[in-house]
Amino acid sequence: MPDSLSLTKITAQKGISIGEAAKRVADLGWTPSYVQEAMTFPTDYKIKKAPRDPMKQVLRSYFPMQEEKDNRVYGALDAALRGDMFRNVEPRWVEWMKLFLAIIPFPEISAARSMAMVARLAPGEELRTGFTMQMVDEFRHSTIQMNLKKWYMENYIDPAGFDITEAAFGRCYATTIGRQFAEGFVTGDAITSANIYLTVVAETAFTNTLFVAMPSEAARNGDYALPTVFLSVQSDESRHIGNGHSMLMSIINDPDNHQLIERDLRYAFWQNHAIVDAAIGTLIEYATTDRDKNKESYAELWHRWIYEDYYRTYMLPLEKYGIKIHHDDVGAAWERMVKKHYVHKTAQFFSVGWPLNFWRIEAQTEKDFEWFEHKYPGWYAEFGDYWKWYGKLSKPGETVMTFNTETGYVYPHRCWSCMVPCLIREDIVCDEVDGKIQTYCSELCRWTHKTAFAATYEGRPTPAMGRFSGRREWEECYHGWDLADAIQDLGFVRGDGKTLVPQPHLRFDDREMWTLDHVRGHTLGSPLLTIRGMTPEAREAHLAEYRKGFKINPVN
Amino acid sequence: MSAAVQPPVSPVKSGAAGAATFAGSDSRKYNYFDPKGRRATHYEDMTVDVQPDPKRYLLQDWIISFADGTPTYSENWTEAKSSDWHAYRSIDQEWERTHYQRQSTICGMIQNVVENGRRAGAPKRFDPAWVKILQDHIGAYKHAEFGLGTATMQAQRYGYTQMINNAILTNSSYKIRFAQDLTLYLSEIGMDIENFNGDAGKQHWVDDPIWQDTRRAVETIGGATDFLEQYFAVNLVFEPLVGELFRSGFIMQAAASQNDFITPAVVSAAEGDYERNLANAVELFRMLMLDEGHGDHNRRLFGTWLHRHGTLAMAAAQGLQPIWSQPRVKVAQFPEALELAKNRLRAIGAETNIDVRSIVDA
Repeated sequence: MPDSLSLTKITAQKGISIGEAAKRVADLGWTPSYVQEAMTFPTDYKIKKAPRDPMKQVLRSYFPMQEEKDNRVYGALDAALRGDMFRNVEPRWVEWMKLFLAIIPFPEISAARSMAMVARLAPGEELRTGFTMQMVDEFRHSTIQMNLKKWYMENYIDPAGFDITEAAFGRCYATTIGRQFAEGFVTGDAITSANIYLTVVAETAFTNTLFVAMPSEAARNGDYALPTVFLSVQSDESRHIGNGHSMLMSIINDPDNHQLIERDLRYAFWQNHAIVDAAIGTLIEYATTDRDKNKESYAELWHRWIYEDYYRTYMLPLEKYGIKIHHDDVGAAWERMVKKHYVHKTAQFFSVGWPLNFWRIEAQTEKDFEWFEHKYPGWYAEFGDYWKWYGKLSKPGETVMTFNTETGYVYPHRCWSCMVPCLIREDIVCDEVDGKIQTYCSELCRWTHKTAFAATYEGRPTPAMGRFSGRREWEECYHGWDLADAIQDLGFVRGDGKTLVPQPHLRFDDREMWTLDHVRGHTLGSPLLTIRGMTPEAREAHLAEYRKGFKINPVN
Repeated sequence: MSAAVQPPVSPVKSGAAGAATFAGSDSRKYNYFDPKGRRATHYEDMTVDVQPDPKRYLLQDWIISFADGTPTYSENWTEAKSSDWHAYRSIDQEWERTHYQRQSTICGMIQNVVENGRRAGAPKRFDPAWVKILQDHIGAYKHAEFGLGTATMQAQRYGYTQMINNAILTNSSYKIRFAQDLTLYLSEIGMDIENFNGDAGKQHWVDDPIWQDTRRAVETIGGATDFLEQYFAVNLVFEPLVGELFRSGFIMQAAASQNDFITPAVVSAAEGDYERNLANAVELFRMLMLDEGHGDHNRRLFGTWLHRHGTLAMAAAQGLQPIWSQPRVKVAQFPEALELAKNRLRAIGAETNIDVRSIVDA
């Protein structure tokens, strides 16, 4: 009996191989002879070697593949609504999505823009398709995330905060760190920003915590939409990691570049840690209601994704090319995570400033305490009373947490580099840069500003390197303002003109909701302007006191 | 029950919309921008204000700058001026889902046509003179498309709003896809046609006198440092005078008479792409021309750009004329095709208020 027929056998015809297709497509470029391409984004790197394309994909297979992925995403969103997902979702979780989804579309689209920078610099055209696909991918991510946010806004019990999202992103004291992250992808030295900071570090290391660990937590909180969208987003990242590594390999063989690679890996790793771990660590640990002791904590996830996967299998092998890897930095970041309670102090900071946010933050409860103590021994002694205070002061009419001196909390200085406050009090560093006193959360953040973002690096001119600019300390923008006036100026007031968008609880009832009148009468101040106004001696005394930290008072 | 006594607050059991009524519980629209029409479109919701601006909501200003102090995004990256860059909306309203749907549909359409045509043995029946045109001249032209794609890829970094940058980004995506469509199409029919030289196109692009003015025009666009000049030159000048001239004025008209029903289908996708890219570009440049504060400045500027790129594009168009004589069956005439191209530019000029007479009537 002859072999049975199949459609594939009937329709099969000889085509060109994937390798041949990629080779032909790469040959679309040519060396201009009439007018040279405009070289508008500077770099101090020397790029002599054309990067190779590890993926060898062409656009005619890329677009249908992406459409198929989209169909799955949008189908799942429809199914979630039909399954009444929001009836069972945990509001504690969705509230924090107001923060996360306000931040993330801008870094995504910044990554699309950054492809212009690396594509123009890279010799040859072999990786052009990879850069093109990443550009369109990032356009995908930015708008698919805006769509998810709109979907939450339309279907979740409290849309306030989602409705002002991009305006809030530009103004909020918490989203500042997301702007530092995104601008870091597209500004300054093109290789530093678009290759090392974005692709080699942010995408290769930290998207795992962003786009893999966080969706798992979403699912535990009854949110099936976020995993659907973000795991689809993450499936694009492997191509981006390939682009980044390929570009890195094209510069790493030139010893002249090693000094800059070392500088940029150091800056990028530390700042990614400072920003991403602050934000995503807080989301994963504090936005969840799932306290299963068998699940991994953020610190455990970090060890798996960042330490084992990234540091050991990606960073360490770079040593064989002669790159100095700063092992101590990885150790220091780990120590901040597990010994110095970096994430917990960030959550504490976000919550103490709740009136200046645009989402609700609920108090942690006894059930949460038990889990935190199990995963982070010593947590209860340091943070238990704080969250009890927070719960107690969540009723309108109480003195707002931010200004309540009974608790013992001391509002922190802001780090001029990563823009997260100096939460690990003993590590605060103060220095004068370009004639101005600045505060930093750590020695490495001081180094980042003073040494890395400068016109020279270890005696070598670095004219392409970026500079820190703008009103980097958020608190300075409202120095001397009444808290209620600042909230009004921020636009964090609901449609009735008086009820705050943020609330320190999840009670969906007007009688329990704070209004402008509840927070009026407190004056905001800039810790940086204050410290700059001190004499050197007073400043030293202030810093010595700051380094001692504070003790939360017991709740009566 | 006394009016002063209120029931205690009971926890809401559901996280769904409508489970409770309270201040802001019905605020279910993005409310931080003014839609262009009566209601915000989905595209506007996905796009507007994602790239922030110190003039709108960026409280702390840009927080990183280039070494010379230029911020992350600068209005000075083009000589064009606008009273409000945020007013622009792309006509095709593309966001990721619609972009992938359209691109994927095109990929499927081309793949079907090429596969079925090859299966039917069509390339072997192409007229031999036509095969040489495909090999040499469509083979050369694919590089022009690629050059426009890389120029717009560069340009999408610089716009002052998300709406402008995304319109340029999708333009780039369409151009690079089409350059690849042509490349892969030629490679595939090359498998069916004896002695087909897949490398000939690039040789013609680089060396053939017919293509040198086109290459000069494309390289000039790639060499421009003003991103809007690039966008202007691609869509308002090069495409009508050279791209469309070659695609519609020659390939699409001549192919059928050479027994080729495949190539027009492949090329038709680019004509559809261009209609959208052109509409987006016309909308932007029209907005800048009508700008109350800067219209005169922009008119002068666009005149300069038109002269620079229009002169090159007209030379490029003239340079391509010999190709019209190469098919064995001659159905398309260059003078008519060029006149149509000029008319297209006249229509663009009428839409944008840009005076194009110095180019089309020279």
